[in-house]
Amino acid sequence: MAESNEYLYGLVAEFQNGDRLIEAVKELKNAGYKDIKAFTPYRVEGLGEALELEAKSLSWVVFIALIVGALVGFTMQYYTDVISYPLNIGGRPLNSWPSFTIITFELAILFGALATAGAMLILNGLPLPYHPIFNTPNFELSSGNRFYLCIESQDEQFDRQETMRFLSSLNPRSVNEARS
Amino acid sequence: MLMDRFRNHNADADATPVIPNVSPSSVTDKITGIVLKLGTPLWWWIGFFISGFVLLLLGLVLTTVAIEGVGIWAINTPVVWGVAIINLVFWLGIGHAGTLISAILLLMRQEWRASLSRFAEAMTIFALACAGLFPIFHLGRPWLALWILPYYDSLMLNPQWRSPLVWDAFAITTYLTVSAVFWFIGLLPDLASMRDRAENRLVKTFYSALSMGWRGDAMHWERYHKTVFILAALASPLVISVHSIVATDFATGILAGWHYTIFPPYFVAGAVLSGMALVVLIAIPLRAALGLHNLITLKHFDNAGKLMLLTGLMVGFGYLMEFFAPWYTGHADEMVVLESRLTGQYAPYFYLMIFLNVIATQMFWFRNVRTNLNMVAALCVFITIGMWLERFIIVATSMTAAYLPSMRSYFVPGGWDWLTVIAPFGLFMVLLYMFIRFLPMIPIFETQELIEHHKPAQGYMDDEEELGVDDIDDGSGGMLQPRPGLLGAGDD
Repeated sequence: MAESNEYLYGLVAEFQNGDRLIEAVKELKNAGYKDIKAFTPYRVEGLGEALELEAKSLSWVVFIALIVGALVGFTMQYYTDVISYPLNIGGRPLNSWPSFTIITFELAILFGALATAGAMLILNGLPLPYHPIFNTPNFELSSGNRFYLCIESQDEQFDRQETMRFLSSLNPRSVNEARS
Repeated sequence: MLMDRFRNHNADADATPVIPNVSPSSVTDKITGIVLKLGTPLWWWIGFFISGFVLLLLGLVLTTVAIEGVGIWAINTPVVWGVAIINLVFWLGIGHAGTLISAILLLMRQEWRASLSRFAEAMTIFALACAGLFPIFHLGRPWLALWILPYYDSLMLNPQWRSPLVWDAFAITTYLTVSAVFWFIGLLPDLASMRDRAENRLVKTFYSALSMGWRGDAMHWERYHKTVFILAALASPLVISVHSIVATDFATGILAGWHYTIFPPYFVAGAVLSGMALVVLIAIPLRAALGLHNLITLKHFDNAGKLMLLTGLMVGFGYLMEFFAPWYTGHADEMVVLESRLTGQYAPYFYLMIFLNVIATQMFWFRNVRTNLNMVAALCVFITIGMWLERFIIVATSMTAAYLPSMRSYFVPGGWDWLTVIAPFGLFMVLLYMFIRFLPMIPIFETQELIEHHKPAQGYMDDEEELGVDDIDDGSGGMLQPRPGLLGAGDD
């Protein structure tokens, strides 16, 4: 058995809709499987909870990026107008902070948006040109109307025969192997 | 509060889905099919070539400005801005509807906006591309535009941070960047759908590269969902800031007719009005040409009409304040501006503007008008022209009324000016034609989520059997069983 698992990424079950997928996830969780991956055409409500997934770090990323952006924006203006090249313009104070708020705001938003989008891609490991899940038969439908569930072969409880049997009992349309 | 009432205006319409009884998978096939299966229809080529010709005119205008200088425009000493700055404000305003639909209405959980959001957001980016050209070429020496940016140069030049023109440069470039990022992130899962459905190897490679290997992992979706909300939350105040800052270009000037605190909100409302008008004006022919009747329904036009009514009234309030303020201040020069609008050379344009933007939009009070697409299209043309006139009047009437009476003049646009008004439509339309040909113009996954959210208890027939592409590509037949009383099911 061990040899045949060598290039096996996992066993993939195909489901008709999101509800059946969530039911299957719950069954698998109860049975003690840990390395479960789900692939869906859109975000299925309730699937994140079933798989105990939460995107926590993004809130911190945007919070920090907004502060950094605002600091960069304000310091840039303060440095050029007060320290680097002080110039009296119409008798206005060198540190005209009310005028500086606009660019401070714009740079905060710019940093926040770029950091959030970048962090989402980096945390998701994208761009990624190759992934073994794409070798699953019919996986193109994962962006259409099919919902996929994969038990990775690295799971402690993974056993090719046993897991295949268990997955088949969950009312999928089909169960296939994904080989890398 | 307002938006709640707005949403619950019609309890019957609220209970029924925005998208009629369409199955999620047929949405994918329909939208990807427009790009992958439909080929390139004749109307696309005709439209593309006409737009391409107009784009060449833009090249002519900009090249001539760069070689000959800004003197080709009919600008004169008090009226130094001319059509270039009128165009900047006009095109920037057009862009605002895209962000309103894709970000502000997303945060307000206005589900109906999904079908319009992608191409409205695309319009934002294309309109910004048009808008950005004009302040640069209006410099006369466009190659020096980078002087407005802070960079370490040998002259130790720094931008003047107190100047609204510098704020503009930061606001517009930030807006363009954030809109482009938001748009691309929104496209990512749909590019994966395109990749999965492409048959031609070259086409598949193209979409594979663009989709970055998106595979619909549940964890990825969680992060994605959060990212979209964060980006929407950032883009919403940004869009309001951008046109407010453009308004401060005017309001911080001490010219008569400009120096008012109402300018920022008045400009933002006008921006949304003109932008919605152009979104709807483009949505109507696209919907007919590509058979999108089930995805862009009469409910969309109904709601867009209400938004145009609301912003039209806000703009009307702005006009009222422009009467009130000169009278209340009693300032002689303010009165000169008011008189030039009411009885002077610009009076015909002024009354036309009032008619197009405020009086004609009152037609949107009636549901029959909001759902009659010929009427809606006519009103949108009115608004687009009216909003251009508004910017013309703001620039022309105030700038001609210089404080020194001997400096007062008239501004009459000449041939190059009118060419400058028309030419950016070429760039805008060429980009738009490219967009509808190569990218999915309606968000596939969002529409699927929306349908799933309103799914009938018995499920869809494709839960049990596969639907062929043939069943769905006519846009109205096959799998659709219009339900009585459902908006959008039996329209035109």
